[in-house]
Amino acid sequence: MASDDRNDATPTPATGGRTTGTLRVKRGLAEMLRGGVIMDVVNAHQAKVAEDAGAVAVMALERVPADIRRDGGVARMSDPALVEGIQAAVTIPVMAKARIGHFAEAQLLQALRVDYVDESEVLTPADEEHHIDKWGFSVPFVCGATNLGEALRRISEGAAMIRSKGEAGTGNVVEAVRHLRTILGDIRKVATADSAERYAWAKRLQAPIDLVEEVASSGRLPVPLFCAGGIATPSDAALVMQLGAEAVFVGSGIFKSTDPPRFARAIVEATAHFRDAGILVKVSRGLGDAMPGAEISTLDTKLADRGW
Amino acid sequence: MSPPSPRAGAPRAVVGVLALQGDFAEHAQMIESLGARAVEVRSPAELDEVEGLVLPGGESTTLSMLLDWSGVREPLERRLRSGMPALGTCAGMILLAREVVGGRPDQRTFAAIDLGVRRNAFGRQVDSFEADLDVEGIEGGAMHAVFIRAPVVERVGPGVEVLATVEVAGVHRPVVCREGAVLVAAFHPELAGDGRLHALLIDAVLTARRSGVSAAP
Repeated sequence: MASDDRNDATPTPATGGRTTGTLRVKRGLAEMLRGGVIMDVVNAHQAKVAEDAGAVAVMALERVPADIRRDGGVARMSDPALVEGIQAAVTIPVMAKARIGHFAEAQLLQALRVDYVDESEVLTPADEEHHIDKWGFSVPFVCGATNLGEALRRISEGAAMIRSKGEAGTGNVVEAVRHLRTILGDIRKVATADSAERYAWAKRLQAPIDLVEEVASSGRLPVPLFCAGGIATPSDAALVMQLGAEAVFVGSGIFKSTDPPRFARAIVEATAHFRDAGILVKVSRGLGDAMPGAEISTLDTKLADRGW
Repeated sequence: MSPPSPRAGAPRAVVGVLALQGDFAEHAQMIESLGARAVEVRSPAELDEVEGLVLPGGESTTLSMLLDWSGVREPLERRLRSGMPALGTCAGMILLAREVVGGRPDQRTFAAIDLGVRRNAFGRQVDSFEADLDVEGIEGGAMHAVFIRAPVVERVGPGVEVLATVEVAGVHRPVVCREGAVLVAAFHPELAGDGRLHALLIDAVLTARRSGVSAAP
């Protein structure tokens, strides 16, 4: 793939001919997380619960999306002490969120040596026109997308992983399904487009032609596609995995359920064995109540509308 | 490189890829591109079908739990003890090692190769890197090695061959090792599209088949 060779604006030669911060290294960690569950946690105790239940990574934040939604106000990057406390508590990768366009928050998170930065619509955007130029960072970025054009624009800015936005904090998977189907459906259409039609696709998607060409020839996004936003049960995870997600983020769905350790493990098993209905029955039986859900039409703020 | 050609009439090697979590798809693709048949292994029944196994990169703590919960751990332990060839990359190397430093206290490994391995030995993701690496016994030039939050070997048992090392804090640490039919690498040849370690695994499978190491447990 041509973009494999693309380095950051400032690739760092490490000792002994080593190069850090390349796209291949950034995307490589996303490849290692495939088939796994990344869980939102707000303190070191929750991070341990997540790790004990088989999470492949945790997302450190001050409030889960359901609480951000409830409390209102401006949601910002977490306190560095909280991120450090979580890093000290677990051996798995630790991610953290920066506001859309807030490159200074991202610089802080890179200095904290988080393993991935989520430039996230769950926090209040800091820039209503520009996302972060992610090529200048050696830490990898994940960004949300609702459609293929948005995904390719984020990749053109240097994102090494794309996730559906879904509608975070609702426990309602309908928006994540819509976003996955839109992204994957358009990929299938682009893959059958002829060379002239690809230019029209680039125009329609408002995406660079070289990325459209890459999608057309490979039949997939140039980076891993994960699912986020509204996943609350093991079968939600199985649904989005069967639709074509390569891993899942669970935000409020674990620690807003009645039995977080059991929900966490059940969603991990469901994600690993997403086609095995027998295992899905086993892990879902007697699980207790999932987080309370919300109808999308009743929401005052749609987080998925943030980002451009 | 050209796929190894099995003798006329001999069935293709059947190589499993542990598919509970991680970058197993890349490994399966690599195995198929070398002319062997790849089988994704998530259950004891699927393990029964295979003559050798790739343990991929992923999160070793997650993989370790899913091995227990899926019931794959015990039959896999038996197969490895009876000499089934295996290739472990990164997390796969941790799972195959005898002991783990910097892991969780409850993390159990297969002890299929006599190594002590340290997790996340280079640091966090911003320290992940690519480098060219000469590997003993691998023809055709250096391997392009992609190290992602990679482990290194800190203790090597007497029966283990060290095939490549990298410098960590001034000390040369092994990153490719072999003991019998078990081969491990701290990096990800599958991410760089390099199938030469996978070809060694397929050779080991075909050798084991000729010498009568049974495919069934």
